[in-house]
Amino acid sequence: MAKQINVALIGNPNTGKTSVFNQLTGLNQQVGNYPGITVEKKEGICKLPRNVKAHILDLPGTYSLNASSLDENVVIELLLNKNDKDYPDVAVVVSDVENLKRNLLLFTQIKDLEIPTILVINMADRMKRKGISIDVPALEAELKTKVVLVSARKRTGIEELKEYIVNYRHISTEPCLNASSMDPDYFNRLRNAFPNQSLYKLWLVITQDVNFGNVNRQNVSLSEGFVTKDESTLKRMQQKETILRYQFINNVLKKAMTVDVNAAKGLRAGMDRILTHKVWGYVIFFAILLLIFQAIYDWSSYPMDFIDASFAKLSEISRATLPAGPFTDLIAEGVIPGLGGIVIFIPQIAFLFLFISILEESGYMSRVVFLMDRTMRRFGLSGKSVVPLVSGTACAIPAVMASRNIEDWKERLITILVVPFTTCSARLPVYLIIIALVIPERTFMSLNLQGLTLMLLYLLGFGMAIFSAWVLHKILKIKSRSYFVIEMPNYKLPMFKNVGINVVEKTKAFVLGAGKIILAISIILWVLASYGPGENFSNAREIVEAKYSETYLPEAEVDELVASYKLQHSYIGNLGKAIEPAVAPLGYDWKIGIALISSFAAREVFVGTLATIYSVGSDEEETIKSRMASETNHILGGPLFTFASGVSLLLFYAFAMQCMSTLAIVKRETNTWKWPVLQLIVMTAIAYIAALFAFQILK
Amino acid sequence: MTTTIADLKRGQRGIIKDISAEVIPLKLLEMGCLPGNEVELVQTAPFRDPLYLNINGSHLAIRKETAQQIEIEIIP
Repeated sequence: MAKQINVALIGNPNTGKTSVFNQLTGLNQQVGNYPGITVEKKEGICKLPRNVKAHILDLPGTYSLNASSLDENVVIELLLNKNDKDYPDVAVVVSDVENLKRNLLLFTQIKDLEIPTILVINMADRMKRKGISIDVPALEAELKTKVVLVSARKRTGIEELKEYIVNYRHISTEPCLNASSMDPDYFNRLRNAFPNQSLYKLWLVITQDVNFGNVNRQNVSLSEGFVTKDESTLKRMQQKETILRYQFINNVLKKAMTVDVNAAKGLRAGMDRILTHKVWGYVIFFAILLLIFQAIYDWSSYPMDFIDASFAKLSEISRATLPAGPFTDLIAEGVIPGLGGIVIFIPQIAFLFLFISILEESGYMSRVVFLMDRTMRRFGLSGKSVVPLVSGTACAIPAVMASRNIEDWKERLITILVVPFTTCSARLPVYLIIIALVIPERTFMSLNLQGLTLMLLYLLGFGMAIFSAWVLHKILKIKSRSYFVIEMPNYKLPMFKNVGINVVEKTKAFVLGAGKIILAISIILWVLASYGPGENFSNAREIVEAKYSETYLPEAEVDELVASYKLQHSYIGNLGKAIEPAVAPLGYDWKIGIALISSFAAREVFVGTLATIYSVGSDEEETIKSRMASETNHILGGPLFTFASGVSLLLFYAFAMQCMSTLAIVKRETNTWKWPVLQLIVMTAIAYIAALFAFQILK
Repeated sequence: MTTTIADLKRGQRGIIKDISAEVIPLKLLEMGCLPGNEVELVQTAPFRDPLYLNINGSHLAIRKETAQQIEIEIIP
């Protein structure tokens, strides 16, 4: 059997690297994480000519090998470690024909690591329109490698690329730039200290942390006897390296590329005039946001209703067909409602990821960042915080990760800390059911009151995020080197395949990740609610029958009384009673208290918990809503869900930090427990106080 | 007073004269912001901050405070 070839796809952001990856691997790909960090790892298998297979690794986009973020650092860590199982036999650098000059900077760096490196010039279909012509043989001769013109959109050049990958052994590994020309003295000393190492590799090891200061790492000790230089000298040398590389590139391109400037311009200028306009730019952005929310809340309600009904049906069927017993109860009352609670999120999550990936693929997101930067900075955020804040309406986890490309550490930290305030999709089921219970279905100035409440909750989330950012901005004393660079890529029509794969992958990751937690919790809850300690639980029937022995009750009513008595004396009932004093001032009873506690793992568990608690022992097909509506407050009397307790719950969920996964991700991204613990305490305190005031004032 | 990128008018171009390695992030240099290269102000956000530039064929946006650190000579 032929050996599998390891291929690493490397390139600047916005070069269509992922499109090339999708063309090479098709659906033969999987997304995971690099061990220990949350950087997404995309890999796939590609069939090459002559029965050879290639393992393709799509590395995070980077502008150079001088990493300034966690994602970029992944690239250099891999390329410096020959023992890594993914260490490439051949590197494929993907470049964009319109930014070839800039893209070649990264190419020359990789070539200097003495790895066989193929250059892909993507988006070749745009050449004619932009007046660009490239002399491929001349370019190959200058760069001493193979060059392929590819159009991932038109699917040209891919076969040729595969052919070159198979024959990677014939590609020269001669470097482009003599590293020692940066500072001959210094590099001579380096060579004497480490005679067997590639000089450029050594240089990268030395400078790896200069631009990337946020992750604590054991300092790479080179060896005794070699004194490296101070940081500012190293920076100056990196600058010199960049200048030398550009000189080399300019010389190469002078021989191999011509651009007819008159043919250029066009689409970009026209679209930018409107999309970054001082007035229209903002109008369009807010219109797009409205469209997204419309899609998430209106359009997705149809598939969601369908999913809801299907799971209720499934529960019923399984109860009817499976033999009666504890196992069937677990399936019908624990597992199926639990699973339904996850699946119901799919339409919304998918819509949100669909819009976000279209906005990013088209190049529009950078314009939003450009427009919002100044405003966001007033609150201690960056223009780049817009992306996390918008993604936060789906889920805080990808949102926290999306903050990675914010250069300034203080702005990034504040973004991470406030993102969980935005209304994520997990809050939605809680909001929807409580709104349906306590807000009348009337119209106010021709607006639906329930819809209006939902919108207010969203604004409240954003408002709280911005306000707390401002507070943090004033409190946090972090010395920051505020800088901000964002590429304004060309406008592109999003490619269906890229968007589709992205939506499927992201949705799958969310469902599987959240799904495990929800499923586990719903099973635990079911067990805790179905069993209890002592006489009170095991002899429930006798006790209830004794209590009502004087009055005649129909069989069904007795059953119901027994079930409710059992629940009160189950493990979860005892636990709930213990915490009731803490939640009673907010207007909740012990069942809501249990739901609150269990939803500290994940908010969406709330409805599932109530569903599980209420459905234990109930044989009738009733919706959760009607059961909740008939609950009474055993402390104050009257219905449990009133306007006051409803508003109190809504506020609690709007502010509380109830998501273990978010806390875990914040810990990873900030490298300390300090920030997630602070988030948990402060957000929960705000939630408790807001809910307390709301209930005490409104009741 | 020296002329910097922040002094460009929309559509105006200049040649980069000097940049300080201490203040300017390497990333900006890597994107083509190097002495001798041409820079054009494409668009400004409200309050002239950030600035949307075309440097040497690369389109990017930077903040005003960074732009004020990059000395240029305006092409008349």
